[in-house]
Amino acid sequence: MAEAAISRLKRGTRLRRSLSNYWYAWAMIAPVVVVITGIIGWPLVRGVFLSLTNANEANVERQIGVNKIEATYEFVGLENYLDILGGSEFWDRLGWTLVWTVSCVSITFLIGLGLANMLNRSFRGRTLYRMALILPWAIPAFVSVFAWRMIFNERNGILNNLLEGQGIAGVHWLSDPTWAKLAVIGVNVWLGVPFMLIAMLGALQSIPPEHYEAAEMDGAGPWQRFWNITLPGVRSVSMTVVLLSTIWTFNMFPVIFLLTRGGPAGSTDILVTEAFRLAFIRSPRDFANSAAWGVLILLLLVLFAISYRRALRKQGEVW
Amino acid sequence: MATETTRFTTGTTTAAPGTGTGTGDTPQWGGAGGGRGKRPRRRGERGPLASFGLHATLLLAALVAVFPPAWLLVTSFKPKADTFTISLLSNFTLDNYDHVLNNTKFLTWFGNSLLIVVTTTIIGVFISSTTGYALSRFRFPGMRPLMWTLLITQMFPMAVLIVPLYNLMAQYGLLNRPIALIVTYLTIAVPFCAWMMKGFFDTIPVSIDESGRVDGLSPFGTFWRLIMPLARPGLAVTGFYTFVTAWAEVAYATAFMTGERHLTLAGGLQTFVNQHTQDWHLMTAAAVLIAVPATLVFGYAQRHLQSGLTAGATKS
Repeated sequence: MAEAAISRLKRGTRLRRSLSNYWYAWAMIAPVVVVITGIIGWPLVRGVFLSLTNANEANVERQIGVNKIEATYEFVGLENYLDILGGSEFWDRLGWTLVWTVSCVSITFLIGLGLANMLNRSFRGRTLYRMALILPWAIPAFVSVFAWRMIFNERNGILNNLLEGQGIAGVHWLSDPTWAKLAVIGVNVWLGVPFMLIAMLGALQSIPPEHYEAAEMDGAGPWQRFWNITLPGVRSVSMTVVLLSTIWTFNMFPVIFLLTRGGPAGSTDILVTEAFRLAFIRSPRDFANSAAWGVLILLLLVLFAISYRRALRKQGEVW
Repeated sequence: MATETTRFTTGTTTAAPGTGTGTGDTPQWGGAGGGRGKRPRRRGERGPLASFGLHATLLLAALVAVFPPAWLLVTSFKPKADTFTISLLSNFTLDNYDHVLNNTKFLTWFGNSLLIVVTTTIIGVFISSTTGYALSRFRFPGMRPLMWTLLITQMFPMAVLIVPLYNLMAQYGLLNRPIALIVTYLTIAVPFCAWMMKGFFDTIPVSIDESGRVDGLSPFGTFWRLIMPLARPGLAVTGFYTFVTAWAEVAYATAFMTGERHLTLAGGLQTFVNQHTQDWHLMTAAAVLIAVPATLVFGYAQRHLQSGLTAGATKS
C-alpha cells in the first residue's frame, strides 16, 4: 500500500519535473503535432478504414442542406485489395509509373548535372543563362502545363505547324499512347531541371577549388577530374536530391492530369492520377477503391525509402 | 536586413572558382600548357571550340526553357482568330485580358487563391519555425519520433489522404470553404518547412540564446525577440516555399472546390479549356496574369532559395 503510494508520488514528481524541464519545447512543437495528428494521422487511419469498406458516392455520410444523411457503407475486409492486386489494371499502372519515375528522374538528373557543370565556370553571360534556365521553376506548374498543351495541340499547335512546314506529317502528341507518354515525360523533365540545376550548382560550388588544382598538378585530364573530384563531391547532395525527386515524380499529379487527363484511354495514368480518377472523376465515385490504391501507393513508397536507406548505409553514407 | 542576407547569398553571386579547363567533350583543348607550338593557355581559359560548344549548348537549353512561357505571353496578345498562327504579334490586342478581367470570374479566383495562400503561409511559417527552433535547441522526449514523423510525412502521396480528407470535409460541411484548403496545404508545407527552419536555426550560434537567457529573457522571449529577427532569411525561404507550393497545387484544389465562385486559380484556369470550351486565347491571358506575379516573387526570392536549400541539406 505504502509502496504503491510512494511509487505514485515518485511518478508524480518525475512527471512534474519533466514537465518543468520540457514544457517550453513541448509547447513549441504542439501546433505541429496537432496539425500532423489532426490532418495527417486521423485521415490516414480513416483512409485505411475506408479502403476496407465499400464506400462510394451513394453511401457515405454527407450533408445536404440541413439534412444529414447517415453512412450506409459496410466493412468488406480485404476484398478491395484482392480485387486490385488480382486484376491487371494495377500492374499496368505500376509498370508505367516505374518507367515514368525512372526515366524522368534519370534524364532530369543528367541534364541538371551537365548544365550545372557548364554554368559553374566563369564566362560572359553566365547570370543570363542561369536566369533563363531557372525560369520554368518560377512559373506555377499548372500554367506551364497549359502552355505545353497549346504547343502540343494536334491540329494547330506550333510543333505540328513547324513539322508540316517541313513536309513532315503532324504527330498525334497527346492522342497516341507512345507519343503521349513521351510528351508527359518531356514536360516533367522540363519542369524538373531547374531544381536539379540549382541543387547541383550548390553542390559543385561546395567543392574546394584546391582539389582541382592539386589534381591538375598531378596531370589529371578533364574527364579524370570529373570522375574523381566532381562526382564524389556532389555525391551526398545528389543522393538527397535523387531521393526527393523520385518521390515527387512518383506522386506527380498536375503534369499528367492537366496534359493528357491520363489519356488516351488511361495509358498515361500513373498510380496517383488513377487513384484520383477513381474518387473524383469517375461516376459513381468509388471512395473505397481509391483509398485502397492510396494505401498501396504509400506502401510502395515506404518500401522504396527503406531499401534506399539500406543501400546508402551499405555504402557507408550516414543518413 | 542587408547584412543578414549577404551571408546567405555569397554562393550565388560570386564568380565561380576556376573549376577546370576545357569542356568534357573536347578534352584535346583542355589541360594546362597543352598547346604544342601555340601560346600556352592559362588555367581556366577555354579554346574557341570549347567556348563555342559551351555557349551553343547553353543557348539551346535556355531557348527550350524560355520558349513555352514566352509563347504563352506572345499568344495572349493575339486576337482569337490568330491564336494558333506561327506569326509573332501580327495584330496586337489587349482584348483577351480585358475579357478575362471583366467578363469572367478570374478576379474572384485570384482572391480565393490569395486568401488561402496567404493564410497558409502565415500559419505555416509560424508553426514550422517554433518547431524548427525546438528541434534545433532543446533535447526533449519525443524529439526523435517527431523528426521521423516530419521526414516521413513529406513522402505522403496526396492519393492516400485526399479521399479521407474529402469525406471528413464533406462530413463537417467544409467543402468549398477556403479553410478546407488552408488546413490541407499546411499538411504539405509544414513538415518540409520545419526541417528547413531547423537547419537555419542550427546556423545561429547558441551563445546568442544563452546571452538572452542571462539577461533574463524567457525561452519564448529569446526565441521571439532574438532568434526570429536573425532567422529572417530562413523565414523568407520557408514563406516563399509555402506560398509557391500552395499557389500551384492542383489536386486538392480540383477535388475540394467546385462551382465557379469557389475555384482557385488552378481550378479556374482549367475552365477555359476543357471538353466543352476551347477558349485558348482567354486561357493564355489568364495564365500570364497568374504567372507574372509568381515569377516576380520567385525572381526576388531565388537567390535565397539556393542557399536555403544547400544550408538545409548540408546542415541537417
